[in-house]
Amino acid sequence: MSGALGGQIRRELLLLARSRTDVLNPLVFLFLTVLLFALALDGRPENLRAHAAGVLWALVLLTNMLALDGMFRRDYDDGSLEQMFLITQSPVAPVLGKLLVQWLATGALITLCSPLLGLALNLPAKVLPMLFLAFLAGSPAVSFIGAIGASVTVGIRRSGAILGLLVLPMLIPVLIFGVSVVNRALDGDPPGPAIYWLAALSVASIMAAPFAVSAGLKVSLEQ
Amino acid sequence: MGWITTTWHRLGSPRWFYGMMAPWQTGFGIAALVLLAVGSVWGLVWAPADYQQGDSFRIIYIHVPTVIVAQSAYMTLGAAGLVLLVWRMKMADVAMVAIVPFGMAMTALGLFTGAVWGRPTWGTWWEWTDARLVSTLILLFLYFGLHALRQAIPAAESAARACAVLAIAGLVNIPIIKYSVEWWTTLHQGSTFSMRRINMPAVMYLPLLVNVIGMYCLFGYVMIARMRTEILRRERDTSWVVELVRRPDVR
Repeated sequence: MSGALGGQIRRELLLLARSRTDVLNPLVFLFLTVLLFALALDGRPENLRAHAAGVLWALVLLTNMLALDGMFRRDYDDGSLEQMFLITQSPVAPVLGKLLVQWLATGALITLCSPLLGLALNLPAKVLPMLFLAFLAGSPAVSFIGAIGASVTVGIRRSGAILGLLVLPMLIPVLIFGVSVVNRALDGDPPGPAIYWLAALSVASIMAAPFAVSAGLKVSLEQ
Repeated sequence: MGWITTTWHRLGSPRWFYGMMAPWQTGFGIAALVLLAVGSVWGLVWAPADYQQGDSFRIIYIHVPTVIVAQSAYMTLGAAGLVLLVWRMKMADVAMVAIVPFGMAMTALGLFTGAVWGRPTWGTWWEWTDARLVSTLILLFLYFGLHALRQAIPAAESAARACAVLAIAGLVNIPIIKYSVEWWTTLHQGSTFSMRRINMPAVMYLPLLVNVIGMYCLFGYVMIARMRTEILRRERDTSWVVELVRRPDVR
């Protein structure tokens, strides 16, 4: 099984390296929407700071929707998804590999950029480590839960709106805990249980999502 | 134990279900009609007015049953999804098709009656810092998602199983969503309007109980009626349905 996992990860990383714009586009989109919000909130520093956590988390969720929409599309179109199911009836290990790389390309990258995004929205420097930590703890849950939605909608043309409708309600806990961590840091408080909740949601979704995603992919392939 | 497995296998047969459930449909329908009529008249007319909220509290007799049934409908949906994925029982999908619009309508009605109730008692139609309001709204969106997914996938069997995967994921998530929203509201600020713990006397409590049971009967009636209709639609090319349409007096 580790061979299947490692092989899938290698393949996905290779594909990633060959389609760098696909990785960068959502990130550019995220920066652009942050710019929109900075302008919409009049650019006043105290105004930005007060709304930064909520704006950032909501935009990160939306950016993830964009990235998730295409995550199985190419493999679905060229048939490699079907090949995955020819190897084994329930390809949990390769699916896990796929999801991990998907997180690397979106969640991890966004986490790395998050201090910069926080600065752009005028968060004080002392909050930035906690912002980074919140995204590190919470972003796997976004990718992994989101992938469940992506797996059942891969066969649908123009699935973007539906994907959001399916997945965003389930990501509300991540949003709530994530915003709370950052806002508490802004008030100078320790993050409290919220950060553990984020991590717990991520761990639970990493364990459960590969099974749900392979069930969802199977359904999509049979139509 | 034999009869359990027999019934279980029979449940997989649309034709058996269609015939078998006819008296149940009538029974639930009559029970719902009677109970809801009794409970509503009792609650809305005879029950004493609340000493603090006056007559406006009476909407509780509609509001609470709808919300309870709306949540139960989602639980049933998740259970049906599990049955569909594990045993591949087609009737589970028929049940899911039957439940989604009903649950959606009940959730919407629950939100509406809640808003109507909130206006005189809390002074506002909607309050973001109340956990129950927000999590009921999220439940409505979960129903919307299931409905949209079913509409978007043309192949019926794939749509069924995609919805099942989603319904189960939603079922797992509902407690987490509920908890997180509750946690959020207590952290956010002290709830401006917390619902008074109503310690109800029996004259006020009993009609509510009657209406809750009546609403469950309505759920049973609507679910069975919609399931039987769906069966006829799906089986319209089979000989027994053709025969049924030709000679409706012979079952």
